[in-house]
Amino acid sequence: MADQAVRPSEAAPGTPRWRTVDIVVTAVLGVAFGVVFWAWNLLWAAVGTAFVAFPPGQAFMYGVWLLPAVLAPLVVRKPGAGLFAELIAAVVSALLGSAWGSIVLLYGLLQGIAGEAGYAAFGWRRYGWPQALLSSALAGGMAAFLDLVNYYPDWTAGWKTTYTALVVVSTVLVAGVGGMALTRALAASGALSSFASGRTRV
Amino acid sequence: MSLPLALGPARPVPLSAVNPVAQLTAIAVVTVVLLISGDLVTPAVVLAAELALLPAAGLTTPGAFLRRTWPLLLSAGGVAWVNVAFGALDGADAWLSGATWGLRVVALALPGVLLVAATDPVRLADALTIHWRVPTRFAYGALAALRLVPLLAAEWETIRLARRARGLAGRTPLTHLRLLTGTAFALLVGALRRGTRLATAPPRRRLRGRHGAGLRGRGGAQRPHRRLEPDRRRLTSTVRRWPAPGTSRCSAGSTSARRTSWACRGWWSC
Amino acid sequence: MGPSGVRLTGWGFRHATRRAWAVQDVDLVVSPGERILLTGASGSGKSTLLRALGGLLDPESGDVAGELAVDGRAGMVFQDPDSQLVMTRCGDDVAFGLENVGTPPDRIWPAVDAALDAVGFDLGRDRATAALSGGQKQRLVLAGALAPRPGLLLLDEPTAQLDPDGGELVRTAVQRAVADRTATLVVVDHDVEAWLPLVDRVVELLPGGGLVEHARGWAPAPLRLPARQAHPAGELLLSAERAGFTHRGSAVPALLPTDVALHTGRTLAVTGPNGTGKSTLALLLAGLRAPTTGRVIAAPTLTAGLRRPERPPHRWPADDLAHRIGTVFQQPEHQFLTSRVRDEVGAGELIERMRLSDLADANPFTLSGGQQRRLSVAVALAGRPRVLVLDEPTFGQDRETWAELVALLAEQQDGERALCLVTHDATLVDALADDVAHLGAPVTVP
Repeated sequence: MADQAVRPSEAAPGTPRWRTVDIVVTAVLGVAFGVVFWAWNLLWAAVGTAFVAFPPGQAFMYGVWLLPAVLAPLVVRKPGAGLFAELIAAVVSALLGSAWGSIVLLYGLLQGIAGEAGYAAFGWRRYGWPQALLSSALAGGMAAFLDLVNYYPDWTAGWKTTYTALVVVSTVLVAGVGGMALTRALAASGALSSFASGRTRV
Repeated sequence: MSLPLALGPARPVPLSAVNPVAQLTAIAVVTVVLLISGDLVTPAVVLAAELALLPAAGLTTPGAFLRRTWPLLLSAGGVAWVNVAFGALDGADAWLSGATWGLRVVALALPGVLLVAATDPVRLADALTIHWRVPTRFAYGALAALRLVPLLAAEWETIRLARRARGLAGRTPLTHLRLLTGTAFALLVGALRRGTRLATAPPRRRLRGRHGAGLRGRGGAQRPHRRLEPDRRRLTSTVRRWPAPGTSRCSAGSTSARRTSWACRGWWSC
Repeated sequence: MGPSGVRLTGWGFRHATRRAWAVQDVDLVVSPGERILLTGASGSGKSTLLRALGGLLDPESGDVAGELAVDGRAGMVFQDPDSQLVMTRCGDDVAFGLENVGTPPDRIWPAVDAALDAVGFDLGRDRATAALSGGQKQRLVLAGALAPRPGLLLLDEPTAQLDPDGGELVRTAVQRAVADRTATLVVVDHDVEAWLPLVDRVVELLPGGGLVEHARGWAPAPLRLPARQAHPAGELLLSAERAGFTHRGSAVPALLPTDVALHTGRTLAVTGPNGTGKSTLALLLAGLRAPTTGRVIAAPTLTAGLRRPERPPHRWPADDLAHRIGTVFQQPEHQFLTSRVRDEVGAGELIERMRLSDLADANPFTLSGGQQRRLSVAVALAGRPRVLVLDEPTFGQDRETWAELVALLAEQQDGERALCLVTHDATLVDALADDVAHLGAPVTVP
C-alpha cells in the first residue's frame, strides 16, 4: 500500500508530459508482450511457419501482435505510448527469436505509428472504446498493407482485399475489444494503481 | 524451452566496433531500397553482401546461421509458393517473381539478425542518446525494462507450471488458448507491478529528462558529453512543513505552500 | 556532507483511499550517525514512514499531520533486488545513480569503486547483473545507494526475499558500510533478532499510533509454535528414486540424483543451500517436471482412478494431478485464475477455514501477502489431494502471518496426508517437520 502513495516524479496523470513511471511501465509492457510473443511463437512455431502458406490462419494471430500498440495508451494515457510499447515489443521479439530480424522492427515501427494515429485523431485526450477500435483498425490495416507489400505482392486484387478485411476484423476484435477488456481486468487486479486508468473504479 | 539469459553478445565481434546507430541507419537504407525494388537482382546482391558480413557478426559456421534463421528461410520458401499459388502471374514468370519476393524477405530480415548478434543493448542506448538525441529517460527506461526479459521468460515458465498444478492444461485448441491467455495475463500483472516498483525508485535513480545521463568515458575513449546540471531541489535538504488538518502544530499563519530551503544545520546544535 | 539527522514531531499520514491513518503520532529523533531498527506489526506503517523519510511520499496522495524534517540526502534499498537494478553490468548500475545526481564524469568511476569496496563487493565492475545471486544483487543495490554519499541510509526489509546466506551477506555489507558512522541508518525489518547486533536502538511502531522505543539488550518475545502431533509413518504415497534434473543445454545438473519418500501422516522438509535444486525437487515431486535421470513413483493409492496408472506423475493429465498432488508455489499470484476469491476456492467450508469469508468478493490480486498465501493454500487443498507440496511457504512473511501459516499447515497434517515443505527457514523446519532431507553442496559453475 505504501507503494501506491509514492510521489510521481514530475507531472500529474492529466498532462501530456511523461512521468518516469509512465515511461518505465510502458517499456515493461512492451517487454512483457515481447516475452508473450516469444512464448506463443515457440508453441506455434512449426504451425505458424506453415501459416505463411495459408494466410487466413495467420490473419487470426494478428490481433495479438498489435495489442501493445492499442493497450499501452489505454493504460498509460500519454501520447506516443502505443508506438513506444510496440517498438519495444518488436525489439524484444528480435532479441529472443531472432530469425525475423529487421522485418520485425519494421513492422513494429509502422504498426506502432498506425496505432498511435488512432489516438492522435482524438488529440490524445480520450481513451475509450472509439479510440481503441480506431487504433486497432488502423494498426491492422497497416499490418495487412505491410504483408501485401512484403510477402504477397503478386496476389490478385480480390485476394488482397479479402486478406486485408480478415486482418482488420481480427485486429479490431483481438486488439481493440480485447485490449479494452484487458485494461479493465488489469485495473481490477490493482496493477494499475499508479495510473488514472486504474483509479476510476474499485 | 531454452531461456536466453544474456542480452547482447558474450564477446565483442568485429561488427561490434561499428557504431550501433550507423548500423541502424544502414538497416533503414537497405530496407527502403529493397522495398521499392521489384527485380531479382537487387535482393540477390544485397543478400550476398549480408551473407558476407555474417562472419563479422560472429555467425561463422553455417550451422550457427541456420539455427538462428531456419523459420525465416522456411517462410521465405512459403512466400515464394504462396505468390505462385494465389498470384496473378503464370508459369515461369510466376516462379521468378515468387523467387524474387522470397529472396527479398531474407534480405530484409538478415540485417536485424546481424545487429542483434553484434550489438550490446547498453551501447545501443548510449549511441541513441548521443547521436540521435533520443530522450535519455526513454532510452534508459527501455534498457531497464529490457533487463527484465530473462526474468519474465522464467516467470512465464513458472506460471505455466503453476497452472498445470491447478489442473489447467491445453488439450483442445480452445483450452490451449485459455491457458495461454491466462498465463499471459498473470505475466502482465506481474510485469506491471515490477515496472511500477522499478520506476518508483529513490530520487537519485530517477531518470531525468533535463539532464541526460552523461557518458561514463568507458575505457578512456574520448566522447563528447553533455554537462550535467545538478537539480538544486534534490541536492538541498528539505524541511517540509505540511499544515495538519485541524490540529496545528505549525506556527500560526502557516500557509499550505510547501517551502524547500537549505536546512538550518543549526537546529541540531540546539 | 556528514551524517543526517531525522526529526519527526507528531507525524502522521493517511492514504487518500483509506479511512484509517497509516501512521499516527510519531515522535522520533534520530541523531546523526545513529543506527535504528524500525519494526512493528504488519500494517503499522513502517514502510510508509520509511518512504516519507526518503522523500518518496507524495503529500497529495493523502493527508499529512505534524512535521518531518530530514537533514540531508537519503539512499534507499528495497526488498526486491530486481526492481532496483537498471543496468546489465554491475559497475554501470552504480555509475547510473551517480550520473543522475550530477557527479562530474571524471569522479564517477572512483566513486563506483569506493562504493563497491565499502560493501565488500568483489566480483568486478563488468560482471553481468543477471548472473548474481539475490544476496549479491542486494549488495550491489546497497553500493548504488551509498555511492552518492548520502547522509541517511534507509533499508526497507532488504533481506525479505533472500535465503539465509544472502541475508547474511547483506547484513555484513551493511555493517561494513556504516562502520564509520558517516551515515545514519534506519532499517525496517520484522526479523528483529538478525539486526539487533548492528543497531543502537529499536523503535517499534504501534498499530494504533505512536511508538515504543527499546534500548539495547531488548529482544522480542519468542514466537509461539503450535503444538504438533506427530503421526506414525503411514503408507508410502510418493517417492523419488535417484531423481535428478539437468536443464537442456546445461552441463551442470540443477538437481543431483536424490531419493526422498513421502508417507501418509508425515511432513518432510527439504532443506539445503541455494543452488542445490530444492525447488527443482519440488517440481519433480509435484509432477510438473520430468526428471532427466531416475524417476518419481506414485503409490497405487494415488494412481487409483487414473486412466493410465502406469504413467509417472509428470505424464498425468492436469486435473487428475490437481486432485492427487497439490502444489503451493512461492509466488501465490502465479496460481490465481479468476477475479474473485470465491471463484478460486469454490463454495464450501474451505473459505471459512482459511478465514477468507469477508474477502470472498475481492480480486485475489489485491489481497495482502499473508491473505494471498492463505488463498493459495486453500486453492491447492480444494482438490482434496493426498499429497501437498509447498515451495518456500514462508517466503516474504512477517511474524504474524508466519505464525498463522504455520498453524494452518500444522492443521493440514491430520494423519491422512503427506506434506512436503521445501524451505530454507530453519524455524519452520523445527516447527513442522517430522523428517528432513538435506540436499548436499551445490555443484558450482567454474
